[in-house]
Amino acid sequence: MSVSTSVREPAPAIDTLDALDRAIVLATQAGLPLVPQPFHAIAAKVCARPEEVMARFERMQANGLIRRIGAVPNHYRLGYRANGMSVWNVPDHRIGAIGPRIGALPFVSHCYHRPRHPPDWPYNLFAMVHGQDRAEVGLQVAAIAELLGSDDQGHEVLYSNQILKKTGMRFGV
Amino acid sequence: MDELDRDILNELQRGMPICERPFQVVAEQLGTDEAELLRRLEAMQEEGLLTRFGPLFNAQRMGGALTLAALAVPKERFDEATAIVNAFPEVAHNYAREHWLNMWFVLATELPERIDGVIAEIEEATGLKVYNFPKREEFYVGLHFRA
Repeated sequence: MSVSTSVREPAPAIDTLDALDRAIVLATQAGLPLVPQPFHAIAAKVCARPEEVMARFERMQANGLIRRIGAVPNHYRLGYRANGMSVWNVPDHRIGAIGPRIGALPFVSHCYHRPRHPPDWPYNLFAMVHGQDRAEVGLQVAAIAELLGSDDQGHEVLYSNQILKKTGMRFGV
Repeated sequence: MDELDRDILNELQRGMPICERPFQVVAEQLGTDEAELLRRLEAMQEEGLLTRFGPLFNAQRMGGALTLAALAVPKERFDEATAIVNAFPEVAHNYAREHWLNMWFVLATELPERIDGVIAEIEEATGLKVYNFPKREEFYVGLHFRA
């Protein structure tokens, strides 16, 4: 199984939301209505013209405030039953060079540099891996270890056994 | 889930056009019609195959903040701690993991300075230490699971 399609982050820049943008965000953060004209439905909700609402969505998407408008599947239900957060202790001076190579692996869905919490937590590289079963994830983790070579100074895989919540972000709360 | 459902999920994970009849545009690409596409999406949402349909906001680029955090919850308190943590609207996702750090959640706040406040409130409400793992660098974020 593979997890693919990268979306590179545009250069960081923060766009200020005006009152209408904000109303649109609040009206759609729980989801878009499944109706033939969803942007018209949102326009009616926020008391704006549909053309204006679509223009705002275009702009927010162009500026990276919206990554995309689309579907978020339950990956467990798609057959990705083994979902592991692999965590690695990698020398700090090597992580910038190594991180993108791990992130580029087809089975890695997210890859981040995060802080250690010594002595409890020595790991600074986090890579989410997904497979049909743990044997498949085990092979993926072995492939990462091989790529890291001597830069792998210890690792663990934390398998998820339950989604406790998955609502996405909520503003205006 | 049949072939059309798979095609719908694969296509719509990539995104939907912003236009008057977006579902009609996508339906045509997939060789179906708007009504059928909407019916399938509704059914997949009801069955829990589809967690969400709509805009995916980037909290950080909207001026907000995100972090990954974890708790070591005693087994007998797990349900109670889950209810406490999930009740915070700032908790966007929460996963149980097999580890001594057995609860991992993502916080998304509209104001960056609010992250520390929520962490303190979760510590207060659970009596447990929150391990905070803010990202130092993002190497890759994939947004697509093959259906």
